[in-house]
Amino acid sequence: MHDLTLADIAKGLARGDYSSRELTQHYLSRIESLDRRLNSFITVTGEHALAAADAADAARQSGQAGILAGVPLAYKDIFCTEGVRTSCGSRMLDSFKAPYDATVVEKLKLAGTVSLGKTNMDEFAMGSSNETSFYGPVRNPWNTDLVPGGSSGGSAAAVAAGLTPAALGTDTGGSIRQPAAFCGITGLKPTYGRVSRYGMVAYASSLDQGGPMARTAEDCALLLNAMAGHDPRDSTSVARAVPDYTQSLAEPLKGLKIGLPREYFGEGLDGGVETAVRDAIKVYEALGAQVIDVSLPHTRLAIPTYYVIAPAEASSNLSRYDGVRFGHRCDAPTDLMDLYKRSRVEGFGEEVKRRILIGTHTLSEGFFDAYYKKAQQVRRLIRQDFLDAFDKVDVLMGPAAPTPAFELGNQADPVQMYLQDIYTIAINLAGIPGISVPAGFAGDRPVGLQILAPHFSEAHLLNVAHAFQMQTDWHTRRPALTADE
Amino acid sequence: MQWETVIGLEVHVQLATQSKIFSGASTAYGAEPNTQACAVDLGMPGVLPVVNENAVAMAVRFGLAIGAEIPEVSIFERKNYFYPDLPKGYQTSQMAQPIVGPGTIDITLDDGTVNAVRIHHAHLEEDAGKSMHESFHGMTGIDLNRAGTPLLEIVSEPDMRSAREASAYVRALHAIVTYMGISDGNMAEGSMRCDVNVSVRPKGQEAFGTRAEIKNVNSFRFIEQAIECEVERQIDLIEDGGKVVQETRLFDPDLNETRSMRTKEEANDYRYFPCPDLLPMMLDDAYIEHQRSLLPELPSEKRQRFETALGLSAYDASVLASSRAMADYFEQAMQSCGDAKLAANWVQGDLSARLNKAGLDISESPVSATQLGELLARIKDDTINGKAAKQVFADLWDCKGETADQIIEARGLKQVTDTAAIEAIVDQVITDNPVQVTQYREAEPDKRGKMIGFFVGQAMKASRGTANPQQVNALIKSKLDALL
Repeated sequence: MHDLTLADIAKGLARGDYSSRELTQHYLSRIESLDRRLNSFITVTGEHALAAADAADAARQSGQAGILAGVPLAYKDIFCTEGVRTSCGSRMLDSFKAPYDATVVEKLKLAGTVSLGKTNMDEFAMGSSNETSFYGPVRNPWNTDLVPGGSSGGSAAAVAAGLTPAALGTDTGGSIRQPAAFCGITGLKPTYGRVSRYGMVAYASSLDQGGPMARTAEDCALLLNAMAGHDPRDSTSVARAVPDYTQSLAEPLKGLKIGLPREYFGEGLDGGVETAVRDAIKVYEALGAQVIDVSLPHTRLAIPTYYVIAPAEASSNLSRYDGVRFGHRCDAPTDLMDLYKRSRVEGFGEEVKRRILIGTHTLSEGFFDAYYKKAQQVRRLIRQDFLDAFDKVDVLMGPAAPTPAFELGNQADPVQMYLQDIYTIAINLAGIPGISVPAGFAGDRPVGLQILAPHFSEAHLLNVAHAFQMQTDWHTRRPALTADE
Repeated sequence: MQWETVIGLEVHVQLATQSKIFSGASTAYGAEPNTQACAVDLGMPGVLPVVNENAVAMAVRFGLAIGAEIPEVSIFERKNYFYPDLPKGYQTSQMAQPIVGPGTIDITLDDGTVNAVRIHHAHLEEDAGKSMHESFHGMTGIDLNRAGTPLLEIVSEPDMRSAREASAYVRALHAIVTYMGISDGNMAEGSMRCDVNVSVRPKGQEAFGTRAEIKNVNSFRFIEQAIECEVERQIDLIEDGGKVVQETRLFDPDLNETRSMRTKEEANDYRYFPCPDLLPMMLDDAYIEHQRSLLPELPSEKRQRFETALGLSAYDASVLASSRAMADYFEQAMQSCGDAKLAANWVQGDLSARLNKAGLDISESPVSATQLGELLARIKDDTINGKAAKQVFADLWDCKGETADQIIEARGLKQVTDTAAIEAIVDQVITDNPVQVTQYREAEPDKRGKMIGFFVGQAMKASRGTANPQQVNALIKSKLDALL
């Protein structure tokens, strides 16, 4: 049952093969028995889930169920969920129960989905390995010595392990696509502004975007249908019609022009990853696509640019965690300064503090022009790189990450860790959508093919990803977690 | 040495929107603490701001009212600092690209001359909450009802040279925003808060002296007092060989002194940067022109119209146009009686005197503008004379009648204009006062004019004030002259 795709589950529910309660029960018991090894969930909301499942079953009985009614899923613990702890992977918010639902949570609730709980993540979404979580690292279901990627590592691992058919993630510099690649699942980062950010705890506001993580492109399309759209509570969400993303999945790809950015196949790229990605591109050629060599000349500036802009925004976004109104407060503060300092020193982990320091520094008087302003200028050049490339090609393809999943505790140097995002980070700076689809293995470690498309062309992106999944079975591969798997 | 004072002001005007600048919570004053703060105002994780279009429209209209340019693009920025009543750890404000560019505000000085004060810019921002230090036994309470209230901060150039000029500027600003209805202008409730930058320099010197900023001065009177004592402090300091340091000071009206709050070295680095949650505001010509079409007549325009179209003196026009309430009252009274000068005299004379004595604002006048206008109409059509009018006004003030006509009728104050009746009274007065008649006849011709007053007074008395004084005057003169 847990090997089914979301689309299969929806059909099964519609046919009455099983009830939502049975499904939900099944996933809850899998979480119960397997997640001790993976640590992919921070909070499991079993009772809520069963109640929602019963409501969905009742709705179906009375003929009022939508396509996603009764489908279980999980939320990265960055999405506010009313009355349920929303920790953002931080001690700072360990005791925080959100008083409201994020817009996407509200929309998916309205669609009748069942939330199994909240998944583990790098603290405040800062990390590429899920090792910065206050709740301990998540382990990769393919090999528990490996990291699942980050920051949406809990969501990726939970989907890969069949603990949930789908999960929501957020992607600020690759946080959906890189863990999707590491765990062998499909993960979509929509165009900035396509999905409301209201109720998503902010890391870097101009880059954060929520998106679906599931087995297939079709599953992502189903979820995006429910998630996307303008939200009057988010000024940066875009008032633009939402197509039915499942409608165009099967369009033929003949004549598709694929650009291969030469900068994405250079030094530092793991041989096994490169082989898998190049093999995947051959599949497209066999479908009648044309492959063209392109250049994104400012690629090497993406990581330094990101590490100015994201920490700058983060340093401001995280100022609200001051121990005054919610979140961690130190014991017996002697005065206001002591309250601020100790609450923040105790509440935040090392990586979060590092980025707050970087961001505070780059915004400081005398440094602002050299760092933040310059970074914004470079950001426009990076965006222009993509716009120029899309004048010549329909989509861009390359690896989602330079290496497959690495061993836990193996990346002690933060700068080395930042380089993990070399192929994903520019996409956030440009605001375009990107998807990572399973494209084979480097040794025994999954590899993700990243596909990029122009702003707001998620329908086409999903179409291209779906075509690949019709030709390959990488997305059906499962890690063996129990003796009989 | 002769010193010159240089003053610039930053005035925070609370905009009269129903809801906050970035959330839907109410802005009403005086609610129970923290009952008007929603998740956005509390800075909860995950919340986002959405700009209140009404606040934007008010800011644009203010800009148009002071002849400022409205830039095509304006940007909200974050001003980062920690304070317990600042929920997000930053204030959403504007810095590099404010919504209102340079403009000017005319101020009227005591001698009636009009000066233009240049406005550097005006920008939109959110207010913070309030820290409450009383009644928490050594702890501090936070009330976030005010957090997120829209403010328009209006920054002047250092164009003022005296405390009087500074308060005239704030009065002019107060008149503009209340005329436009974009603020209630209630200074006691903090709807207008002034930060005053003060420096002194030797007369004739071009370079500015080092300035001190006096924070949060909240009445016209305190502005003058604060400036006066700060100027005195700075001059004394310099003349004693000291130096003014750039710092923020507080004015204590009880002790009539300013005190240092923090020096420049202790000032925050606010790390301004564009707020990524709010897109740049793009205001096109059509929008700006639409806002222009919504502008009411402004104080300076009204003053001009009162002078040119209604023929009032410059002084009368400027007094009557000084507040929206005063101008509206005057115009309504004028409309009811059809005589601008008569209405102007009464509004500034009898009405203002009674209001001052009772400590009332014109908006609280027990005599409505229409009531006064109807009373004045009866003077104009000779139904009553000026003396009777004062009685009617007093009765209206004391609510002894609904309309002037009712009171005139009930008190029998109707003016006697019947020539025969007046002639009879005049004849009687002449007959009854032979001594005065003789004096009149024997007086030098140029002295006789004054002597008529006696007979007029007697005649008015005999008519119990109801005779038409002009008629009495004319009749007595012709009768006495006939006896010469």
